[in-house]
Amino acid sequence: LGHGSGGELSQRLLREYIYPHFDNAWTVQAHDSATLPRIGGRTVFTTDSFVVSPLFFPGGNIGELAVYGTVNDLAMSGARPLYLSCSLILEEGLPMKTLAAVMASMGRAAAATGVQLVTGDTKVVEKGKGDGLFINTAGIGSLEHVLSIAPDRIQPGDSILLSGDIGRHGMAVMARREGLEFDGPLLSDCAPLHEPVLALLEAGINVHCLRDLTRGGLATALVELAEGSRRQFSLRENDIAITEPVLGACEMLGLDPLYVANEGRFVAFVPPHQAQQALAILQKCPVSADSRAIGTVSASEAAEVILRNSIGCERLLDRLPGEQLPRIC
Amino acid sequence: MTTERLHIAIGGLVQGVGFRPFVYRLARDCDLSGWVANDSGGVQIEIQGEGARIREFLRRLPIEKPRYATIDSLTTEARPLCREVGFIVRQSDSTAAPAAVILPDLAPCSDCLREMSDPDDRRYRYPFTNCTLCGPRFSIVARLPYDRVNTSMSAFPLCEPCREEYENPLDRRFHAEPVACPACGPQLQLCDASGTQIAVREAALQLAAEAIAEGRIVALKSVGGFQLLVDAANSAAVARLRDRKRRPHKTLALLYPDIESVMRDCRISALEKAQLESPQRPIVLLAARASAGARIATAVAPHNPNLGVMLPASPLHQLLVDALQRPLVATSGNLSAEPICYDNDDAIRRLGAIADLFLLHDREIQRPLDDSVVREMDGQTVMLRRARGYAPMPIEFPAVSGAQPSDFLAVGADLKSVAGLARGSAAFLTQYLGDLDNRAAREMFEQSVSDLKNLYQAAPESVIADQHPAYISSRWARRQQSAFIGVQHHVAHFFSCLAEHGHRDRALGICWDGTGWSADNTIRGGEFLRWDGDLEVSHIAGLSPFPLPGGEAAIRNPRRQAAGLLYAALGRGAFADEFFRDNFEPAEQQNLAIMLERGIYSPVCTSAGRLFDAVAALLGLVGEVSFEGQAAMAVEFAAQQSDTRRSYPFALKQQGSYRLLDWEPLAAGLLEDGRRGVPAAERARAFHNTLAQMMHAVAVRAGEEHIFLSGGVFQNRLLTESAARLLRQDGFRVHCHSRVPPNDGGIALGQIYFARCGASYRTLSKEGYEQCV
Ligand SMILES: [Fe+3]
Ligand SMILES: [Mg+2]
Ligand SMILES: [Zn+2]
Ligand SMILES: [Zn+2]
Repeated sequence: LGHGSGGELSQRLLREYIYPHFDNAWTVQAHDSATLPRIGGRTVFTTDSFVVSPLFFPGGNIGELAVYGTVNDLAMSGARPLYLSCSLILEEGLPMKTLAAVMASMGRAAAATGVQLVTGDTKVVEKGKGDGLFINTAGIGSLEHVLSIAPDRIQPGDSILLSGDIGRHGMAVMARREGLEFDGPLLSDCAPLHEPVLALLEAGINVHCLRDLTRGGLATALVELAEGSRRQFSLRENDIAITEPVLGACEMLGLDPLYVANEGRFVAFVPPHQAQQALAILQKCPVSADSRAIGTVSASEAAEVILRNSIGCERLLDRLPGEQLPRIC
Repeated sequence: MTTERLHIAIGGLVQGVGFRPFVYRLARDCDLSGWVANDSGGVQIEIQGEGARIREFLRRLPIEKPRYATIDSLTTEARPLCREVGFIVRQSDSTAAPAAVILPDLAPCSDCLREMSDPDDRRYRYPFTNCTLCGPRFSIVARLPYDRVNTSMSAFPLCEPCREEYENPLDRRFHAEPVACPACGPQLQLCDASGTQIAVREAALQLAAEAIAEGRIVALKSVGGFQLLVDAANSAAVARLRDRKRRPHKTLALLYPDIESVMRDCRISALEKAQLESPQRPIVLLAARASAGARIATAVAPHNPNLGVMLPASPLHQLLVDALQRPLVATSGNLSAEPICYDNDDAIRRLGAIADLFLLHDREIQRPLDDSVVREMDGQTVMLRRARGYAPMPIEFPAVSGAQPSDFLAVGADLKSVAGLARGSAAFLTQYLGDLDNRAAREMFEQSVSDLKNLYQAAPESVIADQHPAYISSRWARRQQSAFIGVQHHVAHFFSCLAEHGHRDRALGICWDGTGWSADNTIRGGEFLRWDGDLEVSHIAGLSPFPLPGGEAAIRNPRRQAAGLLYAALGRGAFADEFFRDNFEPAEQQNLAIMLERGIYSPVCTSAGRLFDAVAALLGLVGEVSFEGQAAMAVEFAAQQSDTRRSYPFALKQQGSYRLLDWEPLAAGLLEDGRRGVPAAERARAFHNTLAQMMHAVAVRAGEEHIFLSGGVFQNRLLTESAARLLRQDGFRVHCHSRVPPNDGGIALGQIYFARCGASYRTLSKEGYEQCV
């Protein structure tokens, strides 16, 4: 427990496990706050907290999640991610080895993404008062464009692009947590999304809105955007990619993959005449190589998300009111 | 010889059914003078003449009344003599509020059929012939009052001969709002799948009939929406229809040309015959004869000993079957669970990939109405789907004393959705609306609710819904401006049956169905409720719980429900059981074991419907199911093959004032019999017998004389009749559904009656449901 009290132990923790991965000019200052150079243009600032059980899952771990989650939040306003802070809440008894692995992974994720971890904090809570490790990150990014990327810019006719298959993160975590085995690999999609977003903007695509799909999955994200924009979205079920292992796992647990969490997928709303170009750009980035156009924004002002299946039946997507309880009578 | 004068007030279904012309003719026949008029309560009559003739009039009135009229009340009062000549039909008092009764759509009467087959009649072979006794009503009404201008017929100005009939009080068509003839009325047209017109009028009908005979799929614009027709004997055509409609198993309804051909293929009772021939023309579930296979392709009703049969419901159907002289498959023209198409353009768009040809007409349908479905059970007709022919007739229940209660809305449940408006001591229910999870059904639900408000000029102050947090109907209800009231699902089932029987006193409700949410977050469906006849409903007993690994996914795959049942009965021992080993892949076994042991993604249920599903799987009767009720039906059909009187043990455990009906010994018996190689039919029958005894055991302890059976499980004829028989042997009075379905189609009525009774609900089972982060 002594590790959080600010004494010698705490110093050791920082020195041995944390600083090595915060390898840059600012952390070397070892002050309470980081002093950053002036950032040109508009600045974007966001924060997010990460709790996940288990800490390590197929395709990622909580450290990567904490970096990519905040990077993705910055990316969704079209910002180039620059700096991150990192706050750790450790539960007493967390193996140092685990902490080291998470921090190493955070360091690599930051380096790969080109963001710098510039400030941080560590607290330790008593055993039983935390779930091993919680991480909070905050992020700063800069806007290098003049667009406003927001739900109210969604226009009738806009093409809705989805950056890849869905449902992998939620199912990978769930399967690992519960010890369930499914046919085929079930890897989290956990990944940074700034690269395809910046590529769209650099190519001059008039991006109307972006949203990363996290908890609640594709359906919840689109329902929120439909409500936020007072627009109706029409989706084609056939164009929404879901891998066999995800489908199999969802069928086993009785879950709808449209509502399962993702950590490396986003939707983009772009004008119809730029849809093909935008799609080609997205498909060039590895993280969004499987991008597809999945639907369009209709002229109707009903805030609805309509999913059309292969035989033409239409389903209205709603928020989930809680757990998925059977309604069949 | 004395002259008398009498005032007669008649309440009931007496408007829009040809009642006034009938009274007019009867009065003249009896040499009486006086008048007849509609008013907001029904019909008022004054007659004057010789006493003997007045009594003759009163005697003949209820006997000779138009066949669809129903007389609920008739009061007479002597009046002073008047000076008057002849008998007249008085114009309705236009200032009085119209009686808000809209009639359902009725099959052609014998007079109309006769005209249609008379080459000298001006309506010879005219597919839109009707009169005050028959024809479309609810399907063509846009607004009240029910006048031609407020119906789809406003597009067809009357020709001179039709106008004369319409205005002549002696004519059968006096004020028949949809009256029409070939000169002035709607016409047929035949289009291909792209909507291109191929033929009109008689040629359209002939070509459509030929196409069906050749094995093609024809979409027919029927009374309340489109039907898809194919030759029922043509296996390839039936298979093509199933394939295009993505409907692999569910039984397809049949349209027969006449009662004789029905009797050749099915065994029918007098009651079933009466239902088939009734003007409502529902689909009647009938036991097929073995010989039916000669005329009906196996694919029409696979693994089902019953056929769903109807006779022609409209002149158009009559002409078509006359031309074809064979049974036709006539299934709803929709995409899977969506509402049926009822608009020409929409039908061509949505059914273009299913039908080869469209037989259309230009009389607009105002709202979609599916064909209704009934089944004879326990000596009476039980509604399974209430739509064409029955909607929108109100269901009346005992009035509550005190001030006139305000109108409110009830939204029913999500599956087999029916909404209703409570006005006074009646429930005005919508037709069957389908399952709300698709967009079209949801739109139809909203449209039907506004339909209710508009037609009946209602401004409901509150809205009642099911308590299920995920029901689309309940979430819709919560978004409305009106006050929200939640009613527990099985309480609503119970009260729907009480309402039908006008029962206000204490009673026991046995509410067995598939899934109903209860406030302890358990999925219920094997429940016993007591109504004290005054204020309170209490939950006094229920089936013991078992988990459903995978929730709705388990419901689609009954073997998983069986796994849940085995786990609840045997604990970890379930995983070593033969059934478990044989029915799941090793990986699936492992996953199921984890889910069951940790209780994850495995909602717990106490449902009799789910017990049926699990037993269907244990008996090896089904794999995956493609429609709700498929597994339970398989158990019922298997049980019909055995007449064993055996049953399995079960346990009834007292938990405070609550009783737990434990099925574990039953499950053990079923498994043991399986190991001994007892045939599935015998086990299925013994399972039914046991369930009846379980109900009996609780009934004996509850000690209520009146017992009401409600919930989808009571669509099972064998179970309903076994339970009713066993209970009646002990002096219980057993009441089943008749006018509203035992399934969720009755929920709205139950919600309404529960609220009208001012009842409250108390559950004695595990409580303490609390909202936490
Ligand atoms: Fe129910
Ligand atoms: Mg976030
Ligand atoms: Zn008629
Ligand atoms: Zn005419």
